[in-house]
Amino acid sequence: MTTSSGVVVVGASAAGLAAAEGLRRSGYDGPVTLVGDEPHPPYDRPPLSKQLLAGEWPPERLSLRSARDYTDLDLRLRLGVPAASLRTSAHLLHLADGSRLPYDTLVVATGVRARMPDGSAAGAGTHVLRTLEDALALREELSGHPRLVIVGGGFVGVEAAAVARALDCEVTLVTGGDAPLTDVLGETVAQVLAEVHREHGVRLVTGSRAVEVLRERGRTVGVRLATGRVVPADAVLAGVGARPNTEWLAGSGVPVGDGVDCDVCLYAGDDVWAAGDVASWPDAVSGERLRVEHRTNATEQGQAVARNILAGRASATAFRTVPYFWSDQYGLRIQVYGRTRGADAVHVVDGSTRQRRFTAVYVRDGHVVGALGIGMFRPLRALRELVAAHAPWPAAHAEAAVLDRRG
Amino acid sequence: MHITVNEEKCCGAGQCVLLAPDVFDQRDEDGIVVLLTPRVPAGQEAAVHEAVAVCPAAAIEVRA
Repeated sequence: MTTSSGVVVVGASAAGLAAAEGLRRSGYDGPVTLVGDEPHPPYDRPPLSKQLLAGEWPPERLSLRSARDYTDLDLRLRLGVPAASLRTSAHLLHLADGSRLPYDTLVVATGVRARMPDGSAAGAGTHVLRTLEDALALREELSGHPRLVIVGGGFVGVEAAAVARALDCEVTLVTGGDAPLTDVLGETVAQVLAEVHREHGVRLVTGSRAVEVLRERGRTVGVRLATGRVVPADAVLAGVGARPNTEWLAGSGVPVGDGVDCDVCLYAGDDVWAAGDVASWPDAVSGERLRVEHRTNATEQGQAVARNILAGRASATAFRTVPYFWSDQYGLRIQVYGRTRGADAVHVVDGSTRQRRFTAVYVRDGHVVGALGIGMFRPLRALRELVAAHAPWPAAHAEAAVLDRRG
Repeated sequence: MHITVNEEKCCGAGQCVLLAPDVFDQRDEDGIVVLLTPRVPAGQEAAVHEAVAVCPAAAIEVRA
């Protein structure tokens, strides 16, 4: 770090901010530039489908740092301008406004963007929920109490469903699974949450694939299912996943698969590192390639990249984490450690699914790979240890199994 | 160093408790952060700064 171009972080995101801050915290005093395609300084996304959508928080509250903080950190912000292309051989980043930024080290933190169902486009009553503008547009839409159809049974969809019901909108959620969240949380827990949604008046259309958003005279009027059935709608929210923002890396030599293909240290070659939703890395233990779209992962990876940049490639350390995320639905807080997707058994450990206050462990090949809690904070923290240790099950908690469902 | 926490912003992730259990705890009923001491204990500076940085709600502040 002796030359003057310094570190350029592409992505004014939680991950990008963590990388920039991590560099400063560790004493790096070279130039640090944070480039972002959105006009806003880094902001927090989890509240977009929760407090912001509900109108409980104003947009300003999502700012991760104050203007003063950026001055104190001595960060150069280049906001509202997307990265266009990268020339690693010249260590040059090209921006969409035609300007070029030289760098010594580049951090890719460009995140993901919301997918649309095939053949559909956003606008005219059809929404996605990824950016602040997306959330404000949907909030405005919900204020007219539309019949809302949510396509997709993921976390964005179920959180938005909960908010829309609280705002007294008629809500139908279409999912391919037996219940929303089945693929990520397993059937036992997904059914508990599905019941909560039904109680709050959400119509769940399960085992159904939406194939087309229907429009008449430029307005969204419904969703056609694979069966041919049409669900009428005044507004549609597509919550069908996200794809990594990597197109600008085409031809750069940076390896791209499902995101930026990094090594265990989050290094992608040619003085390029990656962090957050866009980064794919092999698990240090299993070698399995992971890409995690969680808020806390963004911060942890940004910090890890900062440490590794300063340590230098030879001394860089493998990124290790126990993934964590949470979800809020109707006053229930669902918290998850580790990886619940792909587990072959779910065991409720404490509490009761009937009371919607319980913890559960997710087991794969005889080892604890994940833990979930609803409204049980301390007991869940204890289970996190089992996830971190990849503890054998049931030996780790032999007396605990109340329920054992294969799924 | 003086620590403050913003209970309004706290999302109950508990990452701070994992990093610095002598400084932070969580309320049983909703997981909201409980500050056990506003002063950073000797030897805990790095852990507390890590907690500030990793908090997903930016709910912890440390001032000199």
